[in-house]
Amino acid sequence: MPTPSQTVGPFFGFALPFPGDSSPAVGGEALRIEGQLLDGEGAPVVDGLLEVWQGDQFARCRTDAEGAYHFTVHKPSPTPESDGIPTASHLNVSVFARGLLRHLVTRLYFPDEQAANAADPVLARVDPGRRATLVARRDGAVLRFDVHLQGADETVFFAH
Amino acid sequence: MTSPGEAEEFEPPYLYPDYKSTVLRAPSRPLVRLPEEWFHNARGPAFGRIPVRSEDADLTQQHQGEPLGERIAVSGRVLDSDGAPVRNTLVEVWQANAAGRYVDPVDDHPAPLDPNFTGAGRCLTNSDGWYRFVTVKPGAYPWRNHPNAWRPAHIHFSVFGPDLGSRLVTQMYFPGDPLMASDPILQSIADPRGIDLLVAAFDWETTTPNWALGYRWDIVLRGRNATPRGI
Repeated sequence: MPTPSQTVGPFFGFALPFPGDSSPAVGGEALRIEGQLLDGEGAPVVDGLLEVWQGDQFARCRTDAEGAYHFTVHKPSPTPESDGIPTASHLNVSVFARGLLRHLVTRLYFPDEQAANAADPVLARVDPGRRATLVARRDGAVLRFDVHLQGADETVFFAH
Repeated sequence: MTSPGEAEEFEPPYLYPDYKSTVLRAPSRPLVRLPEEWFHNARGPAFGRIPVRSEDADLTQQHQGEPLGERIAVSGRVLDSDGAPVRNTLVEVWQANAAGRYVDPVDDHPAPLDPNFTGAGRCLTNSDGWYRFVTVKPGAYPWRNHPNAWRPAHIHFSVFGPDLGSRLVTQMYFPGDPLMASDPILQSIADPRGIDLLVAAFDWETTTPNWALGYRWDIVLRGRNATPRGI
Protein backbone atom coordinates (compact mmCIF):
# COMPACT_ATOMS: atom_id res chain seq x y z
CA MET A 1 0.00 0.00 0.00
CA PRO A 2 1.52 3.39 -0.90
CA THR A 3 2.56 5.47 2.10
CA PRO A 4 0.03 8.29 2.59
CA SER A 5 1.04 11.90 2.09
CA GLN A 6 1.22 14.53 4.84
CA THR A 7 1.69 18.28 4.60
CA VAL A 8 5.15 19.78 4.18
CA GLY A 9 4.14 22.06 7.09
CA PRO A 10 5.46 25.58 7.67
CA PHE A 11 8.97 24.78 8.92
CA PHE A 12 10.83 23.36 5.91
CA GLY A 13 12.68 26.56 4.99
CA PHE A 14 15.88 25.55 6.81
CA ALA A 15 15.94 22.11 5.23
CA LEU A 16 14.69 21.89 1.65
CA PRO A 17 16.20 24.93 -0.12
CA PHE A 18 19.74 24.44 -1.44
CA PRO A 19 22.21 26.77 -3.15
CA GLY A 20 21.08 27.64 -6.66
CA ASP A 21 17.88 25.66 -6.19
CA SER A 22 15.67 27.84 -8.37
CA SER A 23 18.11 28.29 -11.24
CA PRO A 24 19.18 25.09 -12.96
CA ALA A 25 19.81 26.98 -16.22
CA VAL A 26 23.09 28.81 -16.50
CA GLY A 27 23.78 30.81 -19.66
CA GLY A 28 22.32 29.90 -23.00
CA GLU A 29 18.73 30.85 -23.55
CA ALA A 30 17.75 30.81 -19.91
CA LEU A 31 14.20 31.81 -19.23
CA ARG A 32 13.05 33.52 -16.06
CA ILE A 33 9.62 32.59 -14.74
CA GLU A 34 8.02 34.58 -11.94
CA GLY A 35 4.77 34.03 -10.15
CA GLN A 36 2.80 34.17 -6.96
CA LEU A 37 1.14 31.40 -4.98
CA LEU A 38 -2.27 32.56 -3.79
CA ASP A 39 -4.98 31.11 -1.56
CA GLY A 40 -8.77 31.12 -1.97
CA GLU A 41 -9.03 34.72 -0.82
CA GLY A 42 -6.21 35.87 -3.06
CA ALA A 43 -3.82 36.18 -0.14
CA PRO A 44 -0.20 35.25 -0.81
CA VAL A 45 0.93 31.85 0.47
CA VAL A 46 4.16 32.80 2.19
CA ASP A 47 5.14 29.30 3.27
CA GLY A 48 4.85 27.36 0.03
CA LEU A 49 7.40 25.42 -1.98
CA LEU A 50 7.29 24.90 -5.72
CA GLU A 51 9.25 22.36 -7.70
CA VAL A 52 9.68 22.38 -11.44
CA TRP A 53 10.95 19.38 -13.31
CA GLN A 54 11.18 18.41 -16.91
CA GLY A 55 13.78 16.20 -18.49
CA ASP A 56 17.09 16.84 -16.76
CA GLN A 57 15.98 20.08 -15.19
CA PHE A 58 14.95 20.22 -11.55
CA ALA A 59 14.32 23.44 -9.67
CA ARG A 60 12.90 24.26 -6.30
CA CYS A 61 11.81 27.61 -4.88
CA ARG A 62 10.35 28.57 -1.55
CA THR A 63 7.79 31.37 -1.70
CA ASP A 64 8.76 34.66 -0.07
CA ALA A 65 6.84 37.14 2.10
CA GLU A 66 4.75 38.11 -0.95
CA GLY A 67 4.06 34.50 -1.92
CA ALA A 68 6.38 35.07 -4.88
CA TYR A 69 8.66 32.51 -6.50
CA HIS A 70 10.93 32.50 -9.51
CA PHE A 71 12.71 29.98 -11.69
CA THR A 72 15.43 30.28 -14.26
CA VAL A 73 15.19 27.32 -16.62
CA HIS A 74 15.75 26.34 -20.22
CA LYS A 75 12.59 26.03 -22.23
CA PRO A 76 12.18 22.28 -22.64
CA SER A 77 11.78 20.69 -26.03
CA PRO A 78 8.46 19.01 -26.75
CA THR A 79 8.33 15.47 -25.36
CA PRO A 80 6.14 12.69 -26.68
CA GLU A 81 3.97 10.97 -24.10
CA SER A 82 4.63 7.26 -23.80
CA ASP A 83 2.03 6.35 -26.38
CA GLY A 84 3.76 8.54 -28.93
CA ILE A 85 1.33 11.45 -28.95
CA PRO A 86 3.32 14.68 -29.36
CA THR A 87 2.89 17.26 -26.64
CA ALA A 88 3.63 20.95 -26.45
CA SER A 89 6.63 22.20 -24.48
CA HIS A 90 5.75 22.38 -20.82
CA LEU A 91 7.15 22.24 -17.32
CA ASN A 92 5.76 19.98 -14.60
CA VAL A 93 5.10 22.05 -11.49
CA SER A 94 4.52 20.59 -8.01
CA VAL A 95 3.15 22.72 -5.20
CA PHE A 96 3.70 22.05 -1.49
CA ALA A 97 2.46 24.14 1.44
CA ARG A 98 1.16 24.14 4.96
CA GLY A 99 -2.50 23.24 4.54
CA LEU A 100 -1.88 20.96 1.56
CA LEU A 101 -2.16 17.45 2.97
CA ARG A 102 -1.10 16.22 -0.47
CA HIS A 103 0.97 18.19 -2.92
CA LEU A 104 -0.58 19.49 -6.10
CA VAL A 105 0.68 18.97 -9.63
CA THR A 106 0.10 21.32 -12.52
CA ARG A 107 1.78 22.18 -15.82
CA LEU A 108 3.18 25.39 -17.22
CA TYR A 109 2.75 25.90 -20.98
CA PHE A 110 4.39 28.61 -23.04
CA PRO A 111 2.47 31.55 -24.57
CA ASP A 112 4.48 31.55 -27.82
CA GLU A 113 3.40 27.98 -28.67
CA GLN A 114 -0.18 28.58 -29.66
CA ALA A 115 -0.33 25.95 -32.40
CA ALA A 116 1.38 23.28 -30.31
CA ASN A 117 -0.76 24.14 -27.29
CA ALA A 118 -3.91 23.83 -29.40
CA ALA A 119 -2.87 20.29 -30.36
CA ASP A 120 -1.64 19.24 -26.92
CA PRO A 121 -3.45 16.12 -25.66
CA VAL A 122 -3.26 17.18 -22.00
CA LEU A 123 -4.67 20.65 -22.57
CA ALA A 124 -7.37 18.97 -24.66
CA ARG A 125 -8.57 17.22 -21.51
CA VAL A 126 -8.96 20.48 -19.66
CA ASP A 127 -12.19 22.51 -19.68
CA PRO A 128 -11.54 25.17 -22.39
CA GLY A 129 -12.58 27.90 -19.96
CA ARG A 130 -9.79 26.91 -17.58
CA ARG A 131 -6.93 26.20 -20.03
CA ALA A 132 -5.57 29.72 -19.68
CA THR A 133 -4.60 28.94 -16.06
CA LEU A 134 -1.92 26.61 -17.45
CA VAL A 135 -0.34 29.04 -19.93
CA ALA A 136 2.27 31.51 -18.68
CA ARG A 137 1.99 35.17 -19.74
CA ARG A 138 4.77 37.21 -21.33
CA ASP A 139 5.54 40.10 -18.99
CA GLY A 140 8.46 42.09 -20.38
CA ALA A 141 11.60 40.00 -20.08
CA VAL A 142 10.01 37.30 -17.92
CA LEU A 143 7.17 34.82 -18.08
CA ARG A 144 4.52 35.15 -15.42
CA PHE A 145 2.74 32.10 -14.00
CA ASP A 146 0.61 32.54 -10.90
CA VAL A 147 -0.83 29.55 -9.06
CA HIS A 148 -4.27 30.03 -7.50
CA LEU A 149 -4.98 27.20 -5.09
CA GLN A 150 -8.70 27.93 -4.93
CA GLY A 151 -11.40 30.30 -6.15
CA ALA A 152 -12.66 31.78 -9.41
CA ASP A 153 -9.20 31.71 -11.02
CA GLU A 154 -8.27 28.33 -9.56
CA THR A 155 -5.37 26.74 -11.42
CA VAL A 156 -6.02 23.40 -13.04
CA PHE A 157 -4.35 20.60 -11.09
CA PHE A 158 -3.85 17.01 -12.18
CA ALA A 159 -4.61 13.82 -10.28
CA HIS A 160 -1.36 12.05 -9.40
CA MET B 1 -1.46 -4.90 -6.21
CA THR B 2 -3.32 -1.80 -5.20
CA SER B 3 -7.01 -1.74 -5.93
CA PRO B 4 -8.23 1.74 -6.84
CA GLY B 5 -10.83 2.16 -4.09
CA GLU B 6 -8.47 1.15 -1.30
CA ALA B 7 -5.64 3.43 -2.35
CA GLU B 8 -7.96 6.39 -2.37
CA GLU B 9 -9.11 6.08 1.23
CA PHE B 10 -5.59 5.81 2.62
CA GLU B 11 -4.73 9.25 1.32
CA PRO B 12 -5.82 12.40 3.15
CA PRO B 13 -8.31 14.66 1.37
CA TYR B 14 -7.32 18.17 0.31
CA LEU B 15 -10.12 19.78 2.31
CA TYR B 16 -10.16 18.70 5.96
CA PRO B 17 -11.67 21.56 7.98
CA ASP B 18 -10.39 20.23 11.33
CA TYR B 19 -6.98 21.19 9.94
CA LYS B 20 -7.79 24.84 9.45
CA SER B 21 -5.07 25.69 6.96
CA THR B 22 -6.77 23.44 4.40
CA VAL B 23 -9.87 25.65 4.20
CA LEU B 24 -8.45 28.35 1.94
CA ARG B 25 -5.75 26.25 0.33
CA ALA B 26 -7.54 23.09 -0.84
CA PRO B 27 -8.53 23.19 -4.50
CA SER B 28 -12.30 23.16 -4.96
CA ARG B 29 -12.46 21.81 -8.52
CA PRO B 30 -11.97 18.13 -9.34
CA LEU B 31 -8.41 17.26 -10.32
CA VAL B 32 -8.01 16.49 -14.01
CA ARG B 33 -7.17 12.87 -14.65
CA LEU B 34 -4.57 11.94 -17.23
CA PRO B 35 -3.67 8.47 -18.43
CA GLU B 36 -1.33 7.05 -15.77
CA GLU B 37 1.39 6.17 -18.23
CA TRP B 38 1.67 9.81 -19.26
CA PHE B 39 2.35 10.74 -15.71
CA HIS B 40 4.90 8.07 -15.11
CA ASN B 41 6.61 8.99 -18.34
CA ALA B 42 7.73 12.22 -16.66
CA ARG B 43 11.03 10.91 -15.37
CA GLY B 44 12.35 12.17 -12.09
CA PRO B 45 15.13 14.68 -11.86
CA ALA B 46 18.83 14.11 -11.73
CA PHE B 47 19.93 14.83 -8.17
CA GLY B 48 23.38 16.02 -9.06
CA ARG B 49 22.45 19.57 -8.12
CA ILE B 50 21.25 18.72 -4.62
CA PRO B 51 24.34 18.25 -2.49
CA VAL B 52 24.33 14.97 -0.55
CA ARG B 53 27.37 14.28 1.61
CA SER B 54 27.73 11.10 3.64
CA GLU B 55 27.70 13.12 6.89
CA ASP B 56 24.29 14.53 6.00
CA ALA B 57 22.68 11.30 7.23
CA ASP B 58 23.88 11.80 10.82
CA LEU B 59 22.06 14.75 12.34
CA THR B 60 23.96 14.35 15.60
CA GLN B 61 27.35 15.10 14.00
CA GLN B 62 26.68 18.39 12.26
CA HIS B 63 28.02 20.65 15.02
CA GLN B 64 30.92 20.76 17.47
CA GLY B 65 29.03 19.03 20.25
CA GLU B 66 26.31 16.42 20.44
CA PRO B 67 22.68 17.50 20.54
CA LEU B 68 20.59 16.94 23.63
CA GLY B 69 17.88 14.31 23.48
CA GLU B 70 17.30 10.64 23.00
CA ARG B 71 19.68 9.42 20.26
CA ILE B 72 17.84 7.31 17.69
CA ALA B 73 18.57 5.58 14.39
CA VAL B 74 15.71 5.62 11.90
CA SER B 75 16.05 3.25 8.99
CA GLY B 76 13.92 1.47 6.47
CA ARG B 77 13.48 0.65 2.83
CA VAL B 78 11.99 2.70 0.04
CA LEU B 79 9.91 0.39 -2.11
CA ASP B 80 7.62 0.85 -5.08
CA SER B 81 4.05 -0.39 -4.89
CA ASP B 82 5.10 -3.70 -6.42
CA GLY B 83 7.54 -4.24 -3.54
CA ALA B 84 10.69 -3.60 -5.55
CA PRO B 85 13.42 -1.51 -3.88
CA VAL B 86 13.78 2.06 -5.08
CA ARG B 87 17.54 2.44 -5.43
CA ASN B 88 19.71 5.52 -5.31
CA THR B 89 16.82 7.88 -4.66
CA LEU B 90 17.04 11.04 -2.60
CA VAL B 91 15.50 11.03 0.90
CA GLU B 92 15.35 14.35 2.76
CA VAL B 93 14.34 14.69 6.43
CA TRP B 94 13.71 17.60 8.75
CA GLN B 95 12.45 17.84 12.32
CA ALA B 96 12.19 19.77 15.57
CA ASN B 97 14.85 19.31 18.23
CA ALA B 98 14.30 17.28 21.41
CA ALA B 99 12.57 20.26 23.03
CA GLY B 100 10.06 20.56 20.20
CA ARG B 101 11.62 23.61 18.54
CA TYR B 102 12.60 23.99 14.88
CA VAL B 103 15.66 25.96 13.85
CA ASP B 104 13.42 27.61 11.26
CA PRO B 105 12.98 31.33 12.05
CA VAL B 106 9.24 30.96 11.42
CA ASP B 107 8.97 28.83 14.58
CA ASP B 108 8.24 31.00 17.64
CA HIS B 109 7.52 28.23 20.17
CA PRO B 110 9.23 29.30 23.41
CA ALA B 111 11.30 26.15 23.78
CA PRO B 112 15.09 26.28 23.60
CA LEU B 113 17.10 25.95 20.44
CA ASP B 114 19.96 23.48 20.65
CA PRO B 115 23.22 24.94 19.34
CA ASN B 116 24.29 21.42 18.40
CA PHE B 117 21.24 20.52 16.36
CA THR B 118 19.91 21.79 13.04
CA GLY B 119 17.50 18.96 12.29
CA ALA B 120 17.92 18.55 8.54
CA GLY B 121 19.42 15.56 6.73
CA ARG B 122 19.72 13.94 3.32
CA CYS B 123 20.77 10.56 2.02
CA LEU B 124 20.47 8.35 -1.03
CA THR B 125 18.96 4.88 -0.75
CA ASN B 126 21.40 2.04 -1.35
CA SER B 127 21.14 -0.77 -3.87
CA ASP B 128 18.52 -2.55 -1.74
CA GLY B 129 16.47 0.61 -1.22
CA TRP B 130 17.68 1.21 2.36
CA TYR B 131 17.99 4.61 3.98
CA ARG B 132 19.31 5.31 7.49
CA PHE B 133 19.47 8.47 9.58
CA VAL B 134 20.93 8.99 13.05
CA THR B 135 19.23 11.81 14.95
CA VAL B 136 17.55 12.64 18.25
CA LYS B 137 13.89 12.00 18.94
CA PRO B 138 11.97 15.20 18.16
CA GLY B 139 9.79 16.73 20.86
CA ALA B 140 6.07 17.46 20.61
CA TYR B 141 5.16 21.11 20.17
CA PRO B 142 2.05 23.32 20.36
CA TRP B 143 0.41 24.94 17.36
CA ARG B 144 -2.49 27.30 16.86
CA ASN B 145 -4.92 25.09 14.97
CA HIS B 146 -7.36 24.73 17.89
CA PRO B 147 -7.28 25.29 21.66
CA ASN B 148 -4.46 23.35 23.34
CA ALA B 149 -3.35 21.82 20.05
CA TRP B 150 -0.08 19.82 20.10
CA ARG B 151 1.62 18.06 17.23
CA PRO B 152 2.75 14.52 18.05
CA ALA B 153 6.49 13.93 17.65
CA HIS B 154 7.27 13.46 13.97
CA ILE B 155 10.00 13.56 11.36
CA HIS B 156 9.23 15.06 7.95
CA PHE B 157 10.29 12.97 4.95
CA SER B 158 10.63 13.98 1.30
CA VAL B 159 11.26 11.19 -1.22
CA PHE B 160 11.53 11.39 -5.00
CA GLY B 161 11.43 7.91 -6.54
CA PRO B 162 11.72 7.32 -10.26
CA ASP B 163 9.13 9.68 -11.73
CA LEU B 164 6.68 12.49 -11.17
CA GLY B 165 4.02 10.10 -9.92
CA SER B 166 6.22 8.68 -7.17
CA ARG B 167 7.05 12.02 -5.48
CA LEU B 168 6.09 11.87 -1.78
CA VAL B 169 6.27 14.32 1.11
CA THR B 170 5.00 12.90 4.38
CA GLN B 171 5.65 12.59 8.11
CA MET B 172 6.80 9.66 10.24
CA TYR B 173 5.36 9.28 13.75
CA PHE B 174 6.50 7.34 16.83
CA PRO B 175 4.65 4.33 18.25
CA GLY B 176 2.52 4.86 21.34
CA ASP B 177 2.40 8.65 21.13
CA PRO B 178 -0.86 9.71 22.87
CA LEU B 179 -1.01 12.92 20.81
CA MET B 180 -1.61 11.06 17.56
CA ALA B 181 -5.29 10.48 18.35
CA SER B 182 -6.09 14.19 18.43
CA ASP B 183 -3.82 15.40 15.64
CA PRO B 184 -5.95 16.55 12.69
CA ILE B 185 -3.05 16.30 10.25
CA LEU B 186 -2.65 12.59 10.97
CA GLN B 187 -6.35 11.95 11.56
CA SER B 188 -7.19 13.46 8.15
CA ILE B 189 -6.45 9.93 6.91
CA ALA B 190 -9.84 8.28 7.26
CA ASP B 191 -8.69 4.68 7.44
CA PRO B 192 -6.73 3.67 10.57
CA ARG B 193 -4.69 1.31 8.41
CA GLY B 194 -3.45 4.35 6.52
CA ILE B 195 -2.46 6.01 9.78
CA ASP B 196 -0.58 2.87 10.81
CA LEU B 197 1.53 3.21 7.66
CA LEU B 198 2.94 6.47 9.02
CA VAL B 199 3.94 5.09 12.43
CA ALA B 200 7.45 3.67 12.78
CA ALA B 201 8.10 0.49 14.76
CA PHE B 202 10.54 0.36 17.64
CA ASP B 203 13.14 -2.13 16.53
CA TRP B 204 15.58 -4.11 18.69
CA GLU B 205 17.49 -5.24 15.64
CA THR B 206 18.61 -1.70 14.78
CA THR B 207 18.97 -0.60 18.40
CA THR B 208 22.69 -0.21 19.06
CA PRO B 209 23.69 -1.30 22.59
CA ASN B 210 24.84 1.60 24.76
CA TRP B 211 24.32 4.01 21.89
CA ALA B 212 20.95 4.54 20.14
CA LEU B 213 17.39 3.26 20.00
CA GLY B 214 16.31 1.88 16.62
CA TYR B 215 13.15 2.71 14.73
CA ARG B 216 12.17 1.03 11.50
CA TRP B 217 9.94 2.66 8.89
CA ASP B 218 9.45 1.52 5.31
CA ILE B 219 8.16 3.90 2.66
CA VAL B 220 6.12 2.70 -0.31
CA LEU B 221 6.00 5.01 -3.32
CA ARG B 222 3.28 4.96 -5.90
CA GLY B 223 4.51 2.88 -8.80
CA ARG B 224 3.45 2.52 -12.39
CA ASN B 225 0.50 0.36 -11.40
CA ALA B 226 -0.89 2.84 -8.89
CA THR B 227 -4.05 4.72 -9.70
CA PRO B 228 -3.76 8.50 -9.72
CA ARG B 229 -5.45 10.04 -6.72
CA GLY B 230 -8.40 12.36 -7.23
CA ILE B 231 -9.66 15.15 -5.06
